[in-house]
Amino acid sequence: MALIELQGIRKVYGQGEAEVVALAGIDLAIEAGDFVAVMGPSGSGKSTTMNIIGCLDTPTAGTYRFRDTEVTTLDRNGRALLRRNHLGFVFQGFNLLKRTSALENVELPLVYRGMKVSDRRAQAMDALARVGLAGRENHTQAELSGGQQQRVAIARAIVTQPALLLADEPTGNLDSERSREIMELLVDLNQAHGITVVMVTHEPDMADFARRQVLFKDGRIVHDEVRS
Amino acid sequence: MMPFTTILVMAFNELRRNLMRSILTTLGIVIGIAAVIALVTLGQGATASITDQISSLGRNLIVVAPGNAGKGGPPQAAAPFKLADVRAIEREVTGLRAVAAVSTAAVPVVLGNNSWASTAIGADANYFAVREWPLASGRAFDEGEIRSGRTVCVIGQRVVTEIFGAQDPIGAPLRVGGFPCNVIGTLAEKGRSIIGNDQDDVVVMPLKTFQRRISGNQDVSLIMVSASTAETTATAKEDITAILRERRHITANKTDDFQVNDVSEIANIVGGVTVILTAFLGAIAAISLVVGGIGIMNIMLVAVTERTREIGIRLAIGALEREVLAQFLIEAVLLALFGGMIGVVLGLTLSAVGTTALGLPLLISPGVIVLATLFSGLVGVGFGYFPARRAARMDPIDALRHE
Repeated sequence: MALIELQGIRKVYGQGEAEVVALAGIDLAIEAGDFVAVMGPSGSGKSTTMNIIGCLDTPTAGTYRFRDTEVTTLDRNGRALLRRNHLGFVFQGFNLLKRTSALENVELPLVYRGMKVSDRRAQAMDALARVGLAGRENHTQAELSGGQQQRVAIARAIVTQPALLLADEPTGNLDSERSREIMELLVDLNQAHGITVVMVTHEPDMADFARRQVLFKDGRIVHDEVRS
Repeated sequence: MMPFTTILVMAFNELRRNLMRSILTTLGIVIGIAAVIALVTLGQGATASITDQISSLGRNLIVVAPGNAGKGGPPQAAAPFKLADVRAIEREVTGLRAVAAVSTAAVPVVLGNNSWASTAIGADANYFAVREWPLASGRAFDEGEIRSGRTVCVIGQRVVTEIFGAQDPIGAPLRVGGFPCNVIGTLAEKGRSIIGNDQDDVVVMPLKTFQRRISGNQDVSLIMVSASTAETTATAKEDITAILRERRHITANKTDDFQVNDVSEIANIVGGVTVILTAFLGAIAAISLVVGGIGIMNIMLVAVTERTREIGIRLAIGALEREVLAQFLIEAVLLALFGGMIGVVLGLTLSAVGTTALGLPLLISPGVIVLATLFSGLVGVGFGYFPARRAARMDPIDALRHE
């Protein structure tokens, strides 16, 4: 069974004359363990799709199944709990908490899981080590380079061992060398730890790291290719 | 839902990160709470001081005076009381501890080259019981001295200092209004009365001596009655009124030509006025608490806007609405409680300084402190709720995009 399954997803903003169709009926199934690159020009609907998959946004019509859960029937709290328990997010702008150490940033999702201080500390240290930041746990955002900040963000996303990692242009703010390192880290997490990755990107170079590429245009999927 | 202590630690750390801002934000609450506590404490000190002065007149005291001044209409001349009236009250009214006949007059007192204008009081031994006035030295009049009207007197401490200075007054032949009167005792110091006259400026002598040597008539100007308990005071008052009406032949359709005043009732009225004043001042001070609360709300709203991205991150990683709400609400409550506690300390300090400066007793009521602290917490909840709800209701996508 697919990890996630979108059927006939439509998203419409505004009403009447001002109506804008962001998604005009999306069908998409992603298997557990897959690595999917979502591509397409600005306004093609890829970000909206990511927000819907990430349970941050709700579709106007259609159904979204995450494992056995019909997400479109969940309320705000239900979606928050689904994010907490099964999803990890990596953003283009890193989005670390200011004036907060790397360790505390990575611990944050565990805090919301109500984990004991000693347990969550150990687990966060482990996640930081996994992204190659062992020894930098006390650095704050200002003391880390862009690539390191994104590694902290990835550690924060995977510390809860999520079923699905959603990355929204994770290399958008990084140079090509740093970008490649981040992509290799994501591939490693996907292959060695079996975390399903869905990544939005503009850059074909980055998309080439993924096994499957989905191309969006005008609110529709126009190309869906699984590479050997 | 994450544990409460975790949220508490999170909120506390956040306030510590912005220490200067946190301190300035609490200032309004500090001032508000300090003002409420200081004013209420000073008010209670003043109330206690006033009721204390009134009760220094005597416990469960009823003062009966001829005339009806103060009861509306023109004051009418009324016949003075006689000793027989006093005896009738003593005989017929139950629930009384002591009844004293009192007459007063202004007299000069002279000893050698020292002279002083004082007040002569003609009374019997009951006078000291009614006024609950112990002797400082010597003795009171005995039955024989009262019955035969001997020229003996018991003097107040003011007369002692004015006439005798450091000398022992006992046995001295004091001249009171032209006749020699042996000092047989001195009274303990009582201080000023509520209307400001010096209660220690008195020369007390047997009533008969006073009538014979000073007033030259058989009149009694006041009857002072001490009821045995606070409960019997009211019935005693009614009984005294009934007896005096009968003895003074006042028909049913006429008003009393005398007054029966219950001093504790006056104390209650005066005490009530100061209590109302205290409450009024406290209420004005409480307004500054509201202003302080608005300060907290203002800063929390700024903080919520400033931390929009942080809220977005928290929501994205799965924070529930009520967890974000709790975090910001607890920050506001901590601010307010922190301010409240500093305010309590400051208020108590101000109270101590104020009461010392005004010569009032320092009466700290734990109730006010508990109430002030609770109220500051409540201000935190009240004014922190709106900003916290705004944080909790944010859309995570918009919040994450916020610059």
